Amino acid sequence: MHRVLGDRRAIAILLGPALLVYSLIMLVPMVWSFGYSFTKGNTIDGFTGNGVANFSRLFDDPAVHDALWFTLKYAALVTAGQVVAGYLLALLYVFFLKKSSALIRTLAFFPVVLPTVAVGLLFQKFFQVAPQTGPVNSLLNAFGVDSIDFFGSAGSAFWVLILMDVWRSMGFYAVLLFAGLVDIPDEVLESARLDGASGLRLIRHIVLPLSLPVLMSSLVFSINGTLKVFDSIVALTNGGPGNGTTPLTLYMFQTSFTYSDYGYGSTIALLLTVVCLLVSLVVYRVSRRDLTES
Amino acid sequence: MSLRMPHVRRARLSLLTAGTASLALLTTACGGGDAGSSAAPKEFSYLSVTENTTVKSSLTTLSKGACKSADDALPLKVETVPQASLDQKLQLLAGQDALPVQFAAGNAPALTQQLAKSGKVADLEKELTSLGVLDQLEPAAVSTVKALYGGKVEVLPYEYNIEGIFYNKKLFGENGIAAPGTWDELVAAAAKLDAAHVQPFSASGQQGWPITRLVSAYLYRSLGPDALQKVADGKAKLTDPEYVKAAEEIAALGKKGYFGQGVGSIDYDTAMNQFLNGKAAMFYMGSWALANVSDAEQNKVGAENVGFMPFPAVAGGKGSIDQYPSNVGLGITLGAKSFDKKTGAWVSCIAKNYGSTALKDHGAISGFKVNTAVKDANEVTTQVRDTIGASKQNVLWFEALFSTKATTVSQTNAAGLVTGSTKPEQFMQTVQDALAAQ
Repeated sequence: MHRVLGDRRAIAILLGPALLVYSLIMLVPMVWSFGYSFTKGNTIDGFTGNGVANFSRLFDDPAVHDALWFTLKYAALVTAGQVVAGYLLALLYVFFLKKSSALIRTLAFFPVVLPTVAVGLLFQKFFQVAPQTGPVNSLLNAFGVDSIDFFGSAGSAFWVLILMDVWRSMGFYAVLLFAGLVDIPDEVLESARLDGASGLRLIRHIVLPLSLPVLMSSLVFSINGTLKVFDSIVALTNGGPGNGTTPLTLYMFQTSFTYSDYGYGSTIALLLTVVCLLVSLVVYRVSRRDLTES
Repeated sequence: MSLRMPHVRRARLSLLTAGTASLALLTTACGGGDAGSSAAPKEFSYLSVTENTTVKSSLTTLSKGACKSADDALPLKVETVPQASLDQKLQLLAGQDALPVQFAAGNAPALTQQLAKSGKVADLEKELTSLGVLDQLEPAAVSTVKALYGGKVEVLPYEYNIEGIFYNKKLFGENGIAAPGTWDELVAAAAKLDAAHVQPFSASGQQGWPITRLVSAYLYRSLGPDALQKVADGKAKLTDPEYVKAAEEIAALGKKGYFGQGVGSIDYDTAMNQFLNGKAAMFYMGSWALANVSDAEQNKVGAENVGFMPFPAVAGGKGSIDQYPSNVGLGITLGAKSFDKKTGAWVSCIAKNYGSTALKDHGAISGFKVNTAVKDANEVTTQVRDTIGASKQNVLWFEALFSTKATTVSQTNAAGLVTGSTKPEQFMQTVQDALAAQ
């Protein structure tokens, strides 16, 4: 085995095809897209060099500032919601429901398998004010509160979006974190209990540090997914009202494909890549600290 | 070592060849080619939008009737895409030189002009003249097309619409309201209806344009028919106080709740249903809505209870009440490279027969002459057709001269204008900024 892995030809034969496919479908388009950042034009008129104009435009464009702020705000809240709700569910499965958790696990996981568009439409109907009054507004009316046009202002539409995406994906994180929790040896938990740790103290000092690696993986998954959110927002609000719920991905899509400004669209895509990279690096840097040391 | 060198070289050479071949393949795929498009078309391919069923249905009727010989030579083949993804599809097809023979040419005239500038759209005035059928187009429709497309006939007038306010005669009568002739009378009528618990207007905030149309209508009445041409020419800005005033007037209607609840979530069909079910008294819309008004299945208030009035005059305004916003619907054009003798036969047949077929089958008014007399479905259709015939000067709609970006920005922010989440000056500033960015 050592001889094979020490042979450059063998390495090239083993890795070559995968590397070639990866290069063609990932690296080449990335480099290509980066190249477009220095151009202006579209597929009809053709492309011409534009220097670094797209990059300076990026700093001056208020729509990019709004979209970046929205993306970061959305990613922070949805990540926190998804992982915390998922973790609480996982704790519920392991410590309370134990072996009878299968049904609850299935029910909590169910929204994950639903198509995003269907979930978007469901929440639209849930919170709608017209032409029919949705269940949420009907409930408000029953308590004597006037109906609220949840999708009429960016503020309320944002919270519906957060609620929808947390509900939609917490079951996935619950299963992921559940796998981490069941890996904690019973002996460790038993000795902690014998030492007097119980309830929140047991979770804070034993369960949390031991499930930290899977928790960190969940955070990286979640933050990368939420920074690149697209489909759920298109399905629920389509970025509106105005551009009140437009993330960077949607603005990039509109710029490239609706406004035919491919060069600037590629520059926005590059900004998104850099943001994802930076956030992932920060999460990894934080996760490198071993919390069990203390 | 000396024995292994050739293998390494060969491996490097293979990798280099594979890489170059792949890149070449990718380049070819992305760059497209004109081999397919330069050949004579084998079908009368027509790319339409899913939402518009009238044109494809009428063309299908023609393919089996009056245009059978043209269809035998070049069979009609209809493909549809949702209107929201039309622009993307066209850009991709144009980039690959693979545009169909006939296609809906984008949501904003700006895209059609871009396609025309790059030589992808046929010069229809020249082609129709050489076919001897230019006179089959209504002069008013030709003038609207030219106003929209930089003085050229770049699209065929499959629709010819004027816009105004459809109103419920019964609700007006019950509340003692006559069709308003001035803006102040319109606002007073809305107030009276609202007080009687009748929703004054129905409009789709989800689509946005039914609201921005009200802004432009006010502008044309207050500042004159060249109000938006001045903006397009850079001689005026939407942020000028007299322009902001128009947005303020429409926003004021929204602030008083005259568009009902949740206008931002109301789509086009729902707004239409609200009016046709008697849940709203007025509906600003184009004459294409006559097809819905004439349909007894949809129109529960009865066609006899629907009236049509022009957007009212603004006191002291430079515009006239008989200037109607007009359009030719979604522009449908023909590719330059695929326009040959067989395509010409189809176009010639359409020019002679489409007008009467669309009117007879769908009650739709087009910009083609009606060569076979068709009895109107109802009084309001006759009224609109007479108005079109008598109309002396037409104006365009709010976004007609805007870029695609400004059009999108305008329409996505329109609901906010009437729900109060966007201030009138902020709305005009946002659209003006989008215009400046083009």
